[in-house]
Amino acid sequence: MSSNEASSGANPALPVIEGWFTMDEADTHLIGSRCKRCGTYFFPGNVTFCRNPSCESDEFDAVPLSREGTIWSYTDAQYKPPEPYVSPDPFEPYAIAAVELEKERMIILGQLAKGVTVDDVTTGMHVELQLQTLFTKDGQDYVSWVWQPKR
Amino acid sequence: MSRDVVILGAGMHPWGKWGKNFVEYGVHAARAALKDAGVSWQDIEFVAGGATMRNGYPGYVAGATFSQALGWQGNEIMTCYAACATGSQALAAARSKIQAGQCEVALVVGADTTPKGFLAPQKGERPDDPDWVRFRLGITNPTYFSLYAQRRKDLYGATDEDFAVIKVKNAEHGFSNEFARYRKKFTVEEVLASPMVASPLRLFEICATSDGGAAVVVASKEYADRLGSQRQVKIGGISTVSPKFASADVEMPDIATDSAAASNAYSFRASIAQKAYEEAGVGPEDVSLAEVYDLSSAMELDWYEYIGLCPQGDAEKLVRDGDTRIGGRVPVNASGGLACFGEAVPAQALAQVCELTIQLRGEAGDRQVSDAKVGVTGNQGLFGHGSSVVLLR
Repeated sequence: MSSNEASSGANPALPVIEGWFTMDEADTHLIGSRCKRCGTYFFPGNVTFCRNPSCESDEFDAVPLSREGTIWSYTDAQYKPPEPYVSPDPFEPYAIAAVELEKERMIILGQLAKGVTVDDVTTGMHVELQLQTLFTKDGQDYVSWVWQPKR
Repeated sequence: MSRDVVILGAGMHPWGKWGKNFVEYGVHAARAALKDAGVSWQDIEFVAGGATMRNGYPGYVAGATFSQALGWQGNEIMTCYAACATGSQALAAARSKIQAGQCEVALVVGADTTPKGFLAPQKGERPDDPDWVRFRLGITNPTYFSLYAQRRKDLYGATDEDFAVIKVKNAEHGFSNEFARYRKKFTVEEVLASPMVASPLRLFEICATSDGGAAVVVASKEYADRLGSQRQVKIGGISTVSPKFASADVEMPDIATDSAAASNAYSFRASIAQKAYEEAGVGPEDVSLAEVYDLSSAMELDWYEYIGLCPQGDAEKLVRDGDTRIGGRVPVNASGGLACFGEAVPAQALAQVCELTIQLRGEAGDRQVSDAKVGVTGNQGLFGHGSSVVLLR
């Protein structure tokens, strides 16, 4: 247990990346953009011109993306990634899923919730979005979205 | 179609972790290719260099760097970077120059010196860079390899043994290749006993990063004939296509695919070789051998399907039947592939072309594929760079 973890929780948690998801724990959403003309979604939502080649729009709505989807595939990390990943010491393996959103017709990656391993999931399984502390740095918690299998 | 362009000579510096300057590898490979071609450096009219991103300014202007190191002689130069597809793009530039009649003979060179371990992003806080963001979230290169591997297990019944058998096959192929970094045979048991990196892929199934250099001399058919070259190999086609929106492939370094909410979904990877086949006037059924990008042993299975060797979901059968071993119906990665080389990014697509050239000439020795007439490479660079080359004897 590092001193960082001991002091965690003193400040409100911050998002690991600003503007990519809502911080509402009960109803977490990824925030995407939706083209006002053709309806294509983008995640992350920092898009200035529509990337659909048959659309010339430059107007978008910020929209919450579906918070449930199905697992397209999954894996885990048994070795510590390089920076800018911030790892606890010692490193803790974690699982990752690529999740298909039906309405948006896109696949979004993210870690699986803490404690979920590759043995707990399978392709096609339903998952939903949650917030979870990704790391703690200088006493500050940083949270990210994670996928949690639906019970 | 415009006039024929041929490969006159191929040369490589052995892959490894030599710790030397990338220029040394590039010049070694270039001189070997020139000697192989029987062409004097001073006759080269155009140099296409593959850039390297981790070797400072000389790496960004590799075409000039190699030309200076070989001795300035007034040739034209260009440098390109397309991640793992760099070599094919440089080759395509040289071919276009020759096809346009702007030169007769050109040199294409790629070389790299790589750091140890995971390929990491540039330093600093850069949340607008998808390559930075994904590492922040704990998504490394093996993450992407393993997502595809696991999907094959769940959808097509691939097994851990299938993945290991590919490593064993490639290790056998590369065992006698003087340019390969790893020349060691493995058993399936040894591969399966190596540490898990990203389930279901193990350490021996994920490619390393290497130092290395590769070069080819290309020329118009007329030039090659005038030279009296008996060992020329024709460039049938080159594909450097980008994806089509909406790209449905989960692609490094992106966190999300395109949305197909308002468009059709396309598989980029399945489209890459198509253009090269069409240009060459051949199809997958004509292929004698292929060099594909086995960043992981499992990814080689995906490539069988991307380049059309079998329908989607049938790749495991090719491996189990031994079709893709040397001696099989359509040997894949006779060079040993990335499993034996490790990746030297700007040199790797050229290394594939070098191997096909050697094979189509019948000069591959112990790893020779019999009666090799049509070879195809399959490869893809980060950020939407397709790469496929068809060579014909």
